[in-house]
Amino acid sequence: MPDMLSVIASLIKRDVTTALRRSSDILNPLVFFAIVVSLFPLGVGPEPNLLRTMAPGVLWVAALLATMLSLGRMFSSDYRNGSLEQMVIAPYPLTLLVIARVSAHWLMTGLPLVIMTPLLSIQLQLDAAATKTLLLSLLIGTPTLSFIGSVGAALTLGLRGGGVLVSLLVLPLYTPILIFGAGAVSATATGVSPDAHLSLLGALLALAITFTPMATATALRISLD
Amino acid sequence: MWFTKYAAPVIFYPIAGKFIPWLGGITLVLMLIGLYLGLFVAPTDYQQGESYRIIFVHVPSAWMSMFIYMVMAISGAIALAWKTKLSEILASACAPIGASFTLIALVSGSLWGKPMWGTYWAWDARLTSELILLFLYIGFMALEASIDDPRRASRAAAILALVGVINIPIIHFSVEWWNTLHQPASVSSISKVGKPSIHPSMLAPLFIMFIAAKFYFATAVLMRMRAIVLLRERHSHWVTGLEELKS
Amino acid sequence: MNWAEFFSMGGYGIYVWGSYGFTALVLVANIIAARHKKQKAVKILKQMMTLKQPK
Repeated sequence: MPDMLSVIASLIKRDVTTALRRSSDILNPLVFFAIVVSLFPLGVGPEPNLLRTMAPGVLWVAALLATMLSLGRMFSSDYRNGSLEQMVIAPYPLTLLVIARVSAHWLMTGLPLVIMTPLLSIQLQLDAAATKTLLLSLLIGTPTLSFIGSVGAALTLGLRGGGVLVSLLVLPLYTPILIFGAGAVSATATGVSPDAHLSLLGALLALAITFTPMATATALRISLD
Repeated sequence: MWFTKYAAPVIFYPIAGKFIPWLGGITLVLMLIGLYLGLFVAPTDYQQGESYRIIFVHVPSAWMSMFIYMVMAISGAIALAWKTKLSEILASACAPIGASFTLIALVSGSLWGKPMWGTYWAWDARLTSELILLFLYIGFMALEASIDDPRRASRAAAILALVGVINIPIIHFSVEWWNTLHQPASVSSISKVGKPSIHPSMLAPLFIMFIAAKFYFATAVLMRMRAIVLLRERHSHWVTGLEELKS
Repeated sequence: MNWAEFFSMGGYGIYVWGSYGFTALVLVANIIAARHKKQKAVKILKQMMTLKQPK
């Protein structure tokens, strides 16, 4: 039996290849991200200092929302075509398969968001140092968003109410990540070290990786009953 | 497990029915005593005048909102581990009551804020945490409502409650952190203004209201649980044989 | 006992009584809702049983 790591690796590879075929699944959240960020200056006015102050929060909230929009497809297509049931009865621990799925999700959602961010931070007048912290905070934070989001996605499989319901469930759980993520950037912007914030983000990621796969696996089993 | 005998709805239903009037009576008595001591006997606060008296409903409610969430989460965990029906039902029954206490904490906190800080809403650590807690409760209830099969609904919501319960201390900590960072030093005294210098005669009504709130919770949750039991067990023999159904 | 003073609560009457009033409202509403839920359940059960009767 191939070892766990190579199983995870091949699952991730398969998920990524499938996702790349449906490129709109990847592009849509990115476009959403860009549009939402552009809405804020339209709403509050173009005053550079105001935008600079708001930038960490705005970019983080937009990233949160874009991630949330993409959660629906984490398990839904496999659920519909029956391959999710195969995953559940497969000889591998479901938690490992979940970790593989969530990692693939992050590669296709979170990572592109991080890559796109420098463009948007220019729009909001954020300087280079703050942008660097922003990228770091998103890099550490977005995987956590995917992991926590996977629980919401698994719980709401096949339910009507879809995306809005997942938002209700998952957004309150996202608030600490938002606080530390945006806080890190604000810290840099005011000349303070963001290390404490970033370490806390790291701790949250560690917690999420440890606990959420079990919850997601249980939720998947319940949804499939 | 010896207690799984009591986990049977058929045993629970009549026993709960006997307890409810007593629990309700004790609740009423304790509340009246607490209200009397809090509104009439406790002296005026040096700093805040009479407005501090809101503490006697605000603090017990905030406490109950957290306590009930814990009960909900633990009950959910038991339901997931042992698949006991009553644990599922207890968790479901807790949610609206917990959400109610959260709402009371928010509204009383807001009304207390106006005379204290001059504003109906301030993003202080406690109010912000309570707001997020309200969203967690609403999420729980929304998830349950959107799943047709009651047992699947309870178990799905139980997972949500467990994830939430791990999150609550994290949320509290992060909101405290956020709060101290974003407030200029002069305004951070807001959290100090919120605590009146506790006089012993203020402790007694506070303590009594705490206990009264617990008895209230027991009364309300048992009432709710009996209703849910009737619906979920409606096809079973003992339900159809109940006295109260023979009209 | 000066009732006027009691009700005004040093000028903070609306906040204090607003809080207590809202609390009372919500607590009573919860009990009424629980009672109503049970009554509805009993009604459904009675209907179910009359449908089953011809046996």
